[in-house]
Amino acid sequence: MSPTFLYTVEVILNGLMAGVMYALVALGFVLIFKASGIFNYAQGVMALFAALTLVGIQQGQVPFSHLINAVFGTDIHHFGWTVPTLLAILLSLCVMILFAWLVNRLILRHLVNQEPIILFMATIGLAYFMEGLGDLMWGSDIKRLDVGLPSGGSFWLEDVTAGWAAEGSEYYGMYIDLLDVWATMIAVTLVIVLTLFSQYTKTGRALRAVADDHQAALSVGISLKAIWVIVWSIAGFVALVAGIMWGAKLGVQFSLSLIALKALPVLMLGGFTSIPGAIVGGLIIGVGEKLFEFSIGPMIGGATENWFAYVLALLFLVFRPQGLFGEKIIERV
Amino acid sequence: MLDDAELQADHLLEVNNIEVIYNHVILVLKGVSLTVPKGGITALLGGNGAGKTTTLKAVSNLLHSERGEITKGSILYRGERVGNLSPSDLVKKGVIQVMEGRHCFEHLTIEENLMTGAYTRRDGKAAISDALDMVYTYFPRLKERRKSQAGYTSGGEQQMCAIGRALMSKPETVLLDEPSMGLAPQLVEEIFGIVKALNENEGVSFLLAEQNTNVALRFAHYGYILESGRIVMDGPAAELRENPDVKEFYLGMGDQGRKSFRDVRSYRRRKRWLS
Ligand SMILES: Nc1ncnc2c1ncn2[C@@H]1O[C@H](COP(=O)(O)OP(=O)(O)OP(=O)(O)O)[C@@H](O)[C@H]1O
Ligand SMILES: [Mg+2]
Repeated sequence: MSPTFLYTVEVILNGLMAGVMYALVALGFVLIFKASGIFNYAQGVMALFAALTLVGIQQGQVPFSHLINAVFGTDIHHFGWTVPTLLAILLSLCVMILFAWLVNRLILRHLVNQEPIILFMATIGLAYFMEGLGDLMWGSDIKRLDVGLPSGGSFWLEDVTAGWAAEGSEYYGMYIDLLDVWATMIAVTLVIVLTLFSQYTKTGRALRAVADDHQAALSVGISLKAIWVIVWSIAGFVALVAGIMWGAKLGVQFSLSLIALKALPVLMLGGFTSIPGAIVGGLIIGVGEKLFEFSIGPMIGGATENWFAYVLALLFLVFRPQGLFGEKIIERV
Repeated sequence: MLDDAELQADHLLEVNNIEVIYNHVILVLKGVSLTVPKGGITALLGGNGAGKTTTLKAVSNLLHSERGEITKGSILYRGERVGNLSPSDLVKKGVIQVMEGRHCFEHLTIEENLMTGAYTRRDGKAAISDALDMVYTYFPRLKERRKSQAGYTSGGEQQMCAIGRALMSKPETVLLDEPSMGLAPQLVEEIFGIVKALNENEGVSFLLAEQNTNVALRFAHYGYILESGRIVMDGPAAELRENPDVKEFYLGMGDQGRKSFRDVRSYRRRKRWLS
């Protein structure tokens, strides 16, 4: 096999894994949009906030320590313990559920029946509020997140693939980051669990019913308020998983919230209402941008990953405005 | 059929002189009162925009989500005020609405649609599966199509699905809004026949909003006629059927012959739905 071919395979694999991560963020958007028609601008910040909370709990940081120290003249920062990763993840999940409940209780409940644009504005406000809250609670320094997943290249894969190249070519094997592999597996598991939940549980069925026709859902006695809290909790859970994966890769810092920007083209491609769309859209964007950067990038000075996804999404929009998998609009004649 | 004495004996639902306003300004119901007796089929008749749907939604409390508000009067169910209950609480009390225009969950299968009707029930899987069997005996067509996505079934099947879904909540009173809408006459007969059977065999009481006065008065026990937000006439269905005004204005059997403007209009409407 020629090294170029092997490089291309490596690029595609990396693209697929990046795509799964994009899909994970896009999924959070789709869930909330389907159930309540709200485009949740805060989804990216939720991932950041979740990751910050996880690191904070894990390392035994005192929340609001700057504030407490400023008011009481104390000098505390840590409780002096660390929390095992799994427990810390569970606690962070509880925080995200509490957050979902508060958002519904304090904001959305007062905005039922408002125009979608007003709800959208509310989530913009929410995003900036959370950003500030995250800083205030846990400080604004860049944090390292270690959840015990292996990282670094797989030597085994490098060794095996190095032998595949043609005799005498300078090829040293494929580089695939183990963290990416783990992240992909976890994301895939999450998607499967979510799908099973929505297909085969009573609550899942109610979620789909609300997504289809919330008036009718009300009429059979499904409480929209309860469903919205559940949906925001699930979106919080997805944000936590995304925050862990991205945080472990890039460190937990403000720029984490910008992964939402990667989800937008995925949504444009996959449609705002389709879960399979979010997944396939994520994969297409992931592979597309890596391949483009690899093949065309060097000719035009690189750094194409910032804009390629959007151009691809725009092209799709022009030809298929409802998105790749935008829910089929059932129209009877 | 129930006779008059029985009708008055046991009132499930009492609507007392209610006023409903949409968007804080549009007064739609101007003092509507009616009662629904236990075990009866009560028809609420009237033309487009008379306020039938609004009355049903006032009872089931679905008005809130449409910026409607009851500003005067009261609604009692089994003698208890229900104005502040959520739709979900009302369903638990046995009052459920089948909305105008069917409103099935399009992307769910027929069976999943039916199962959502049991959302509020806490009496176990066995009871719910019994209810499902009961619905399938009344609507054998739904059983045939149980795995189809509701959005792809016919209008008649969707209407059956909407009624079946409500039955899954084990209701005492069903508020049924225009089941005849957009359906061919023999299908309308079929559906009303099933409503009657449910009423007689399962003891479900119905409050039925209909434009199709003719069919409604044949199947109902008692009727109210609503015009621009006011009840203008009420009485046992048999009497209303014989009333000269009702005959002229609602049954299309005035002196000028059988075909009236109303028939033409509803014919057009049907056509619009089909096209
Ligand atoms: N959400 C709403 N906001 C404002 N006005 C409304 C709303 N819903 C209904 N109306 C008005 O209230 C009046 C009564 O409407 P309603 O739907 O109760 O009539 P209806 O008797 O059910 O008519 P139809 O037979 O056409 O269904 C109409 O004039 C309608 O325009
Ligand atoms: Mg109506």
